[in-house]
Amino acid sequence: MRDAQKEMRRPLGLRLWLSGGWLFALAVGAILAPLIAPHNPLAQDLFAARLPPFWDAKAEPGFWLGTDSLGRDVLSRILYGSRLALFVALVAGTLTCAVGATLGMIAGYYRGWPDRIISRFVDIWMAFPPVLFAILLIAVLGTGIVSIIIAIVIIDWTRFARVIRAEALGQSAMDYVASAKIAGRTKFSTMLTEIFPNVLPSIIALLTLEMGISVIIEAILSFVNLSISTDSPTWGGMISEGRTSVHQAWWVLVFPLITLFLTVLSFSQLGEGLKDRFDPVLR
Amino acid sequence: MMFSINDLKLSLPDMTQKPLFGPAPQIDILKGISFDIPKGCVLGIVGGSGSGKSTLARAMMRLLEPTSGSILFDGMDITHTSEEELRGMRQRFQMIFQDPMSSLNPRRKVGGIIAGPMRLHGMDRTKERVNEALDLVGLPQSFSQRYPHELSGGQRQRVGIARAIALRPEFILADEIVSGLDVSSQAQVLNLLAKLVKELGLTLAFISHDLSVIRRLCDRVIVLHQGLIVEEAESQILFESPQASYTKELLAAIPLPDPDQIWDA
Repeated sequence: MRDAQKEMRRPLGLRLWLSGGWLFALAVGAILAPLIAPHNPLAQDLFAARLPPFWDAKAEPGFWLGTDSLGRDVLSRILYGSRLALFVALVAGTLTCAVGATLGMIAGYYRGWPDRIISRFVDIWMAFPPVLFAILLIAVLGTGIVSIIIAIVIIDWTRFARVIRAEALGQSAMDYVASAKIAGRTKFSTMLTEIFPNVLPSIIALLTLEMGISVIIEAILSFVNLSISTDSPTWGGMISEGRTSVHQAWWVLVFPLITLFLTVLSFSQLGEGLKDRFDPVLR
Repeated sequence: MMFSINDLKLSLPDMTQKPLFGPAPQIDILKGISFDIPKGCVLGIVGGSGSGKSTLARAMMRLLEPTSGSILFDGMDITHTSEEELRGMRQRFQMIFQDPMSSLNPRRKVGGIIAGPMRLHGMDRTKERVNEALDLVGLPQSFSQRYPHELSGGQRQRVGIARAIALRPEFILADEIVSGLDVSSQAQVLNLLAKLVKELGLTLAFISHDLSVIRRLCDRVIVLHQGLIVEEAESQILFESPQASYTKELLAAIPLPDPDQIWDA
């Protein structure tokens, strides 16, 4: 029998290419920053202050995206800033996902008292304004990369808990769960082997989304100077500094902003693209 | 006796009528049902929608907790056995579900779906057994690498049957398994089921709302209406001389090939 299903190939998708490509390039830039950055991101040179980007007549060679009001190279600062942004995105995103998705799946599948406790917590949690909550947490925990990550996990696990709970609830009503029970599978094993693969696409989509959100939260905290020490370059810090001189040197504000925008967009599109590509169930 | 059901009652809370405070009122779905399924018997259970036949199925499979009454499987009282105790004997009674889109995990391949329950019961050579099961239900062995959504409705239901028989159970409960299929796939699946019952010496309870389907397959029939058994008879007798008015209504609802003929069995 000829198996037409096997001959069918799914297109790789522009979405996945573009978002994956941008994030890959950014990751390479972040890892290799000490090797490829044209300048020391902290080196000040007041004679080279507010140089415009390369296409401008007054640009100096070597400063591709111009310099800020202290003469620091914008491109180098963006590259170094991506190290913190991507590290926070990966670690905070993954931890948030692990905590939130686990609790959500337990609440949605086990129902009963675990659900009641978790859902009440989520309701209360979500009533706090997230940015104020983050600033408050940093004030308590102190600045630093660990504090940023902890703050993001504490604030955002509810997003996962809610969505994954609803998903697990829907999946639990399916007959394949009843069928697993009839086959003699334990509840815990059913959750891992039957429910989890079915909520995984949602978890992946949310995970990449959360990585983008982590980048934003980190930028917000840097913007208000609550992320890491001020002399390491951060995108939020650059935006904050660029804001004050936007009329004289717009590039100091605009380039980190574009980078931030593309990164967050790529993260959210990456999830969708991965789902289109790898979810066995065509939707 | 394979199954002995005695005065089985089952009520579920009606959440649509739940007051703001206090418990929801109970709806009685099964109102005292007693019947036996002897070994080797093919029992048909018919009833309209809302008659409680699916609830009865799920109570027999211990997916729903009965309110009172008793369920005896092969002489053992399993009415309130704990899930842990039950697990060891789960392999002996299996169920085929109405909607294979729901009962087959969409993100598992057919091979995994059939092999999963076997592994739980410590059966060896699962790969060969999966192939044997696929052979038995008339599907090519290459289908073990497919996902359920890549199959047609009839093929999916065959996978459901394969999963149930792969465990070599003594009893199978088939809950409306052909109601989602077109007429020709219905006939094929019914023929397959009849063949398997003979070959494997199964005891079968076959639930349907369609008496014409029951007629081809079953030795005995019980007719359910609003949570009660209104009639129980040998299949042939039921079709020749139905006693309860509800049974007559169901029989009258069977479309005849030629409208001028009357139904004669």
